[in-house]
Amino acid sequence: MTSKDLILRRIRAALGDTAVPDVPRDYRRAGAGKPDIERLVDRLVDYKAVVHRGSDIAGIVASLEPGRLVVPPGLDPAWLPPGVGTVEDEHDADAVLTAATVAIAETGTIVLDGSPDQGRRVISLLPDLHICVVRPDQVVAAVPDAIARLDPRRPLTWISGPSATSDIELNRVEGVHGPRRLHVILTDR
Amino acid sequence: MSTFLGMPATAPRGVGHLRGDESFPEAARKALGNEQLRRNLAHATTTIRGKSGAVVAELPDWQELRSAGSALKAATMARLPELLEQLEANVTAAGGVVHWAADATEANRIVTGLVEATGHRRVIKVKSMATQEIGLNEALEAAGIAPVETDLAELIVQLGHDKPSHILVPAIHRNRTEIRDIFLREMPGVDPALTDDPATLAAAARRYLRETFLSTKVAVSGANFAVAETGTLAVLESEGNGRMCLTLPDTLITVMGIEKVVPTWRDLEVFLQLLPRASTGERMNPYTSMWTGVTPGDGPQEFHLVLLDNGRTAVLADEVGRQALHCIRCSACLNVCPVYERTGGHAYGSVYPGPIGAVLSPQLTGVADNASLPYASSLCGACFDACPVKIDIPSILVHLRNEAPHPRTERIAMAAAAYTMDRPALYARAQHAAKLSRHATRLPPPLNGWTASRDLPQPPPETFRDWWAAR
Repeated sequence: MTSKDLILRRIRAALGDTAVPDVPRDYRRAGAGKPDIERLVDRLVDYKAVVHRGSDIAGIVASLEPGRLVVPPGLDPAWLPPGVGTVEDEHDADAVLTAATVAIAETGTIVLDGSPDQGRRVISLLPDLHICVVRPDQVVAAVPDAIARLDPRRPLTWISGPSATSDIELNRVEGVHGPRRLHVILTDR
Repeated sequence: MSTFLGMPATAPRGVGHLRGDESFPEAARKALGNEQLRRNLAHATTTIRGKSGAVVAELPDWQELRSAGSALKAATMARLPELLEQLEANVTAAGGVVHWAADATEANRIVTGLVEATGHRRVIKVKSMATQEIGLNEALEAAGIAPVETDLAELIVQLGHDKPSHILVPAIHRNRTEIRDIFLREMPGVDPALTDDPATLAAAARRYLRETFLSTKVAVSGANFAVAETGTLAVLESEGNGRMCLTLPDTLITVMGIEKVVPTWRDLEVFLQLLPRASTGERMNPYTSMWTGVTPGDGPQEFHLVLLDNGRTAVLADEVGRQALHCIRCSACLNVCPVYERTGGHAYGSVYPGPIGAVLSPQLTGVADNASLPYASSLCGACFDACPVKIDIPSILVHLRNEAPHPRTERIAMAAAAYTMDRPALYARAQHAAKLSRHATRLPPPLNGWTASRDLPQPPPETFRDWWAAR
């Protein structure tokens, strides 16, 4: 008998005729609240992310002095400041500039899904600075709204603030292995 | 008695970390003598309790989410065979390979074999309770493979040749000076002028691990959730070490208990709200990674999922105790437990400490192997209130106390009491005899164990029978 058969037999023997209970879904479901940009900003700042607002994306990126910048292949070229060169290899990059798929106001979370303007997971992981552009129509109210919008077949990275640890006497230290700085550019449209 | 091969079996002895070397009372007595430990723990549990309470209070539907989480877990267990097969089909369709491990020994053999097949001798690890439970690091080391823990707390524990003492913050029993000393002693290439500032210590770990992340081709992780409907795996973390392990290597091996499956993608909307708020007291943990099989051109191109039983089906067979399998490893019950707060995690002898450990470990191993753990509780019920999936830990504790083998002296005393109470004349004489012992505060052997830590209650000056006869 294979271990699969053995385990499944054990489970069936253990369960007997256990009934399947109904799951109450009276928590706030997708669409129960309105997306609130101000709340998103509040939660991002609470997580030590820096928030910039405006439509001059290239100008904001330039002001952050990104150094060697890596970008995903499908990024809008208009977001790149003139004179800032990009590098091919994320190992050599100081900063990364990406778009996002969803931002959750209630938790201050940004989700990347590997679309062409967000790129492979690793490019937003190795550089020390992550600059992420979020459009208003990408902001949702709460976690159920994000789940409803996302495609689980894509590789997903949920980001809430920069890398952090609280393992030493519960002191929060930003930046252990992921990017130490997260800057979010909230565009006007 | 012949053994039916499908009978649920407990976790095997001699492998893994579910059994301590001594009973809880013995281990707890030693821990209680460590003032530093109690200070560290009190600070940690109080801080996390406060943070968690604040973010839980922000959600108007917390109780509704708890009810949904509890019912989802119960529904999952009732449909477990179907859901595991669905998960296997969807992971396989997405390019992953699924393995089934009946116990710790088989899981270790599978993972070791998979690593050996890659030809590499080092793996990077994401913090995982399942791999600690089965003693995977020891098994890999025995095969000449070096496992490197990459979570800061797990690294502190590994470099300190120590054991984790908390599910969420495994090195919480260490303070910054102890951590600096461990790094100075054990971390290759560390700056000898290292201070005990937490940011400096974290930076030292970053420097030490960065090269390892970039040069190691195989990673081992656990999983917080696996979605049957889509084959999607999820790991929640804070530091980014998880993202490193889940995206940089060529091969990823994930070990997960069979109870971690959830039916549908939508169900994650419940657990992704419950877990971070109950666990670290955050609205969301800094990083969550989700992947379905392999994605061409992005992340590991070889993915293996090991589904682990190791006693879980034995837990499932107990209708009262099976809800211990609903646990999402948030550790909220540890942080509210007056017993855990004073003894720390090592006293429980298992990788699962605190209230959930007191019910989960004895069920995974069989109660006889962890007979003192169901008593490691004041039954105050704080763990039940704190649990985001409403596991009724106090009821399971009481249930397991009945299952546990009782000491011979206790059985003799109870049999004598039953005999006496069945015979009114004998009972009346026993009561009078008890009155004569009114000034005793200790019991003679073998009952002195009971009065070693408490005074014998004084019998009343007059028995009910005397009062009744005199009125």
